[in-house]
Amino acid sequence: MKFTLSWLKDHLDTNASLEELADKLSAIGLEVESIDNPAEKLSPFTVARVLEAKQHPNADRLRVCQVEVAPGQPPVEVVCGAPNARTGMIAVFAPIGTYIPGTGITLDKRPVRGIVSNGMLVSERELELSDDHEGIIELDPSFSDRVGQRYIDVVGLNDPVIEVKLTPNRPDCTGVRGIARDLAAAGLGTLKPEPEIGNVEGTFDCPIEIRLEFTSETASACPVFAGRLVKGVKNGPSPAWMQNRLKAAGLRPISALVDVTNYISLDRGRPLHVYDADKLQGAIRARLGRKGERFLALDGKEYEVDETMCVIADESGPLGLGGIIGGESSACTEETTNVFIESAYFDPVRIASTGRKAGIQTDARYRFERGVDPAYVVPGLDYATDLILKLAGGQPSKRNIAGTPPEGRITFAFDFRRIPRLTGLEVEEAVSRRILTDLGFEVEGDGPEVQVTRPSWRPDVHGPADLVEEVVRIIGLDKVPSAPIPRTHGVTRAVLTEAQRRARRARRILAGRGLVEAITWSFIPRRHSELFGGGQESLELANPISVEMSSMRPSLLPGLLTAAQRNRNRGFEDLALFELGQAYRGDRPEDQIQIAAGVRAGAARLVGVGRHWSEPAKEADVFDVKADVFATLAALGFDPNRAQITRDAPAWYHPGRSGVLRLGPKTVLAHFGEIHPRTLAELDVEGPIVGFEIFLDALPPEKRKSRARPAMVAPDLLPVRRDFAFVLDESVPAGDVVKAAAGADKTLITDVSVFDVFAGKSLGEGKKSVAIEVTLQPRERTLTDAEIDAVAKKVIAEVKRVTGGEIRG
Amino acid sequence: MAKFPELEALKSELLEQIEGAKNLAALEQVRIAALGKKGKISEQMAKLGTLPAEQRREFGQATNTVKAAVTEALEARKAVLEAAELEARLASERDDITLPVRLGPLAEGRIHPVSQVFDEVIEIFADMGFSVAEGPDIETDDYNFTKLNIPEEHPARQEHDTFYLRETTAADGSNRPRMLLRTHTSPVQIRTMLSQKPPIRIIAPGRVYRCDSDQTHTPMFHQIEGLVIDESTHLGHLKWCLEEFCKAFFEVDEVKMRFRASHFPFTEPSMEVDIDAAAIGKPGHWLEILGSGMVHPNVIRNCGLDPEKYQGFAFGMGLDRIAMLKYGIPDLRDMFAADLRWMKHYGFLPIDVPTLAGGLSS
Repeated sequence: MKFTLSWLKDHLDTNASLEELADKLSAIGLEVESIDNPAEKLSPFTVARVLEAKQHPNADRLRVCQVEVAPGQPPVEVVCGAPNARTGMIAVFAPIGTYIPGTGITLDKRPVRGIVSNGMLVSERELELSDDHEGIIELDPSFSDRVGQRYIDVVGLNDPVIEVKLTPNRPDCTGVRGIARDLAAAGLGTLKPEPEIGNVEGTFDCPIEIRLEFTSETASACPVFAGRLVKGVKNGPSPAWMQNRLKAAGLRPISALVDVTNYISLDRGRPLHVYDADKLQGAIRARLGRKGERFLALDGKEYEVDETMCVIADESGPLGLGGIIGGESSACTEETTNVFIESAYFDPVRIASTGRKAGIQTDARYRFERGVDPAYVVPGLDYATDLILKLAGGQPSKRNIAGTPPEGRITFAFDFRRIPRLTGLEVEEAVSRRILTDLGFEVEGDGPEVQVTRPSWRPDVHGPADLVEEVVRIIGLDKVPSAPIPRTHGVTRAVLTEAQRRARRARRILAGRGLVEAITWSFIPRRHSELFGGGQESLELANPISVEMSSMRPSLLPGLLTAAQRNRNRGFEDLALFELGQAYRGDRPEDQIQIAAGVRAGAARLVGVGRHWSEPAKEADVFDVKADVFATLAALGFDPNRAQITRDAPAWYHPGRSGVLRLGPKTVLAHFGEIHPRTLAELDVEGPIVGFEIFLDALPPEKRKSRARPAMVAPDLLPVRRDFAFVLDESVPAGDVVKAAAGADKTLITDVSVFDVFAGKSLGEGKKSVAIEVTLQPRERTLTDAEIDAVAKKVIAEVKRVTGGEIRG
Repeated sequence: MAKFPELEALKSELLEQIEGAKNLAALEQVRIAALGKKGKISEQMAKLGTLPAEQRREFGQATNTVKAAVTEALEARKAVLEAAELEARLASERDDITLPVRLGPLAEGRIHPVSQVFDEVIEIFADMGFSVAEGPDIETDDYNFTKLNIPEEHPARQEHDTFYLRETTAADGSNRPRMLLRTHTSPVQIRTMLSQKPPIRIIAPGRVYRCDSDQTHTPMFHQIEGLVIDESTHLGHLKWCLEEFCKAFFEVDEVKMRFRASHFPFTEPSMEVDIDAAAIGKPGHWLEILGSGMVHPNVIRNCGLDPEKYQGFAFGMGLDRIAMLKYGIPDLRDMFAADLRWMKHYGFLPIDVPTLAGGLSS
C-alpha cells in the first residue's frame, strides 16, 4: 500500500514529522517498508525572476540574464540558450554546484563564449519532469512573491511516498483514511471529518435494472449491488493532482472515469467499477458463472468461468468477475458518454477462491478478499458520483440498489481487566475507552465489564483478545513491562529425549571422525528416489519448484553423493560428508525416520584426507564406513558386536562390498559399503565411493538404571596371549572364526582379534588363512602350561567344527 | 705388591686392554678374559690353594686389589663407551621435523552452522525450562492451517506458498486427505497441546518449506518455535523471554530491541521483534528476527483447552537467519549447497559443544 504524505494529510490533521509518522506506523502494526521522496533530488532548485535578458555579445542563440535568486540580493548573471528566456519571467534556477538529474552533470563555473555563467535556468527535461526541452520552465507570474524558495515546495512536488506493508487482517487500511484513523488514535493528530460531497441525488430513475440472481444458498456471493447512471459525461484525462497520486501509488492513470474508481479504492479501500452504459445489453446482474462461459478481461486475457465464481453479466453473458476484474466489452473509453457505476459487496471467501482459481491478482480482489466495509457500499457510490460529476460532468440518475449490505458490526462483552491479564500492562480504563472510540468502536456500560460494538470496517475483530491487541498496539508494545517467567527448577534439568540426545551425540561423533556435516534438500529428483527404494506417488510434490526437487527423499545418500560430486567438480577429490536428518517412507508422521548417513570419497580416511608422506594414500573402503557405523553405535551406548552382520544390503550397494547390521530379522540398524557402480552412474557420480546409513530410531532404548558404573574387574594376573592361524575356504567369514574361538572357553577367553588375513597359492585354490590372537585372562591363579594347551585345543576344535578351518602347522 | 710382580704385570696388562677396548663388545671380551671363570684373575685366585699358608693371605689380598682395580676400570670404561655409543646413535637418529603432520579427524570434521545454532538455542531455552518437541515435515492441512486459525481461503494462506503432495487414493479406494509440507513449525504447537496438559513450555526446531526461491529465500529452511501455555503467562513474560534469549544468543550484555504490532492468525495480540544490529557489531539499523504473540483463543480452543482458563505465548524465528546474523554468513542458499569450502569455513569443530557455563561459542 503506497500513498503520499499530502494524501495522508487530506485525512489527518497533524503536525508530526514524516519520521514520527513512519515510526508510529511501524509501531502500531502498519510496517513502513520504504519512504521515497522522488523530489528530494530537486531540492536545490529555487524560484527565480529574470530581471533582464539581453543578447549575448558573442553568440546569436544565447542570452545573458540578470537573475534575482533571492529577494533583496544583487542579481546573478546567467547565460541561457532557451528561446523563451525573457525579461520578467519567473523561472527555476540552479546555482553552481547543483547536480542536474536530467543531464547527469554537476554545474561548475565556466565562461560561455567569454561570459561566466553563475548558474543555470532549467527545463523540465533537466529536472526529469517531462521530455520537454523546448525552453526553460516558466512559472505562473503569481509565484513572483516566492522568489528564493524551493521549487518543489512552491509547486507541491515535495510529497514523499510512504509504502506500508499491510497485514491481511486490516482491510480498513487498504484506504488512506483507515491509516489516518489509526494514526489519530495513536495520538499523532486528529482524523478530519468526511469531506463534503456535492448533491449527487439524481432527478431520474436509473434506467439500468440490477438483478441479484442467486439461490438462498449462494446469495452471500453478492448480497448488495448499488449502481447509478451518469449520462452526458465527457471522459478525458484526470487532473494532475489525481494522476500524481495514482502514479505515486504505483498505478497508471487511464481516464477520468477509471481513475476515479482507482482513486477511491486507494483513498477508502472501496473498489468500484465503471461500465460504458451504451455497451450494456438489458439488465446488469450478479450471478454465478455457467460452465463454458468466457469473457475477455481488462488485462487482455480471456478467462473461463465456472459455477463457483460470481460474475457480473448482462444479456450477452458475463462481463467480468465481480470484485476481481472487469471486461473489455463494457469498458469505459475516451468516447464514453454514459457511465454506469457499480458499488457492490462480494463474499471474501468466494473472491479468494475465484481469484486463486483464475490466477488473477488485482487491487479489487486484494480488498474484497480481506473484507471491505459493507456499510460504505452506498457512500462509496455517492463519492464516485461526486468525483465523476466534478471531473467529467454529466447528470446522475437516482441510486439503484439491489439487496442489502451484510451487517458489519457485531457486539460482544469485554472486560477491561483482560488487558493486564493478557499483557501485564496496567491501563487506565479511560485510556482504553478513548483508544477504542477513536478506532471507531462503540463502548457501552460503566466498566470494567462493557459491551463493545466493532465498526463495520473491522471484520478482523471478533472478541476480547482482539480488543486487547487494539489497546496495546496503540499504546505501544514498548510500554509493556517485561516480566521474568518463573523458573521451574532451581537448577536446570536435562530436557532432551533419548532420541534427541542420540542425534546430538551422533553428529559430534561423526564430525569427530573427520566427516563434514552437510544439510541437503529434503526433496530430490524422482529418479534419485527410485534408485534408493522410494519414488512412490504419495511422496511426490504436486507443485514442486523444479523436477530436481520433486520427491521426498527415501534416503540421505543421493543428496550426499551428488554433493560429493559437486565438490569433486570444484577440485576436491577426497572428502568425507555426513548428514543427520529425516527421510520419508510414506506420508504419515510415523513414516518419517531419522538417519545419520555419510559418504567417503577418495582418500578421506580417519587418519587424514588426501596424500601424506607418512604412508601411501589409500582410498576409503567398506571398512572405513563400517568403522564409522560401529564407532557411532558404540558411542550411542549400543555395543555393535551384539548385532548380526548380513550381506543383504539394498540394491544401491555393491553386492560384495557391503553389509547390513541388524538385530534379528526385522530390525535394521545400519547399512554400509561401497555404493553400487550402476547407482553412481545413474547419479552421474564418479566412483568408487563408500557410504553408510544408520537408522537412529531402530536403536533399542538404552537400559541405564543408575548413573553409577558397575564395579571394575581388573585381575592382578597377567593375561596370556596365543596366536593361531587357520586355513579356511575363502567364503568363510572371519567373523565366524572369531565367534567360534571366543566361544571355546567363555570364562577364560576375554578377547579374540584378527591380526592377519591372506590368500596365496601356497594355501591352495579357494583357500585363505586367518590368523587370530586369543587372550586368556587367568582369574584366581596363574595358568599352567597344561591348562593353556587345553584351551588352545578347544579353540582349534571349535573353529574346525564351526568353520571347517584347519590349524596351520 | 712388589712381592708379586706377575700380579703387577697382569694389572697393567688388563688396564691397558680395558683402556684399549673400542666398544662395549670388546670390553666384554676383556672382562671375560679377566674376570670370567677361566679369566686371568680367576686363574690367579685358583693359585691360592697351592700357595703356602703364610703367602696365601698376602697373595689373596694382592689379587683382590688387582681385581678391584680392574672391575673399577671396566665400569668406568663401560660408562664411557655407553655414553659414546648413545651419542653415536643419537647422532644417527635425525628426523626432518619440518615435515608436516596431520591434525587428525577432530580437526577435519565440521558441524554445520544450523546444527550448532540448534544446540545453542536449545541450551538457552533449556535453562528457561523449555523442553524440545518435534513434529513431522509432512503435515495435514488441519494442523498446518485450520487449527492454527487460518481457515480455507484466508489471505494468510496465500502468503505461505505451500508445497502440496500429490493426492492419492487409499487402498480401500477412498480419497486420503491432501498432505502438505509444513510451512512453519507451528503445527508442533498443535501436536503438543493436543497431547499434553498445561503447563507447557516447549521449543520446536525443524525444517519448514515454502515454494519460494531467490537470494533470501530457499524452498527449505529452518525455524524454531516456542510455546508457553499455563494460566498466567502474559505478553510481558514473552518480552522478557525474548530479551533474555537475544542477550544470551548474541552473547552481549545488552540488546536493544523493538517490538512492533503485527498480525498472525494464530496469535492475538501479535508482535514482530527487531534487534538493533549493534548486537552483531553493525550498529545503525534494525534487523527483523522473529514473530510472536499471545496464542489466539481459537487455537487454544481448537486444541481442546479452555481459553478462559489457559493462555500463553508463542514465537517463531528463522534458525538459518539468526545463524547468518550471528556468524556473518552472507547467503542463505549456501546453507544447503554442501560446498566443502563453505562448510570448512563457517562450520564448527566437533568439540565446540555450546554450553552456558563455557560460552555458547567458545
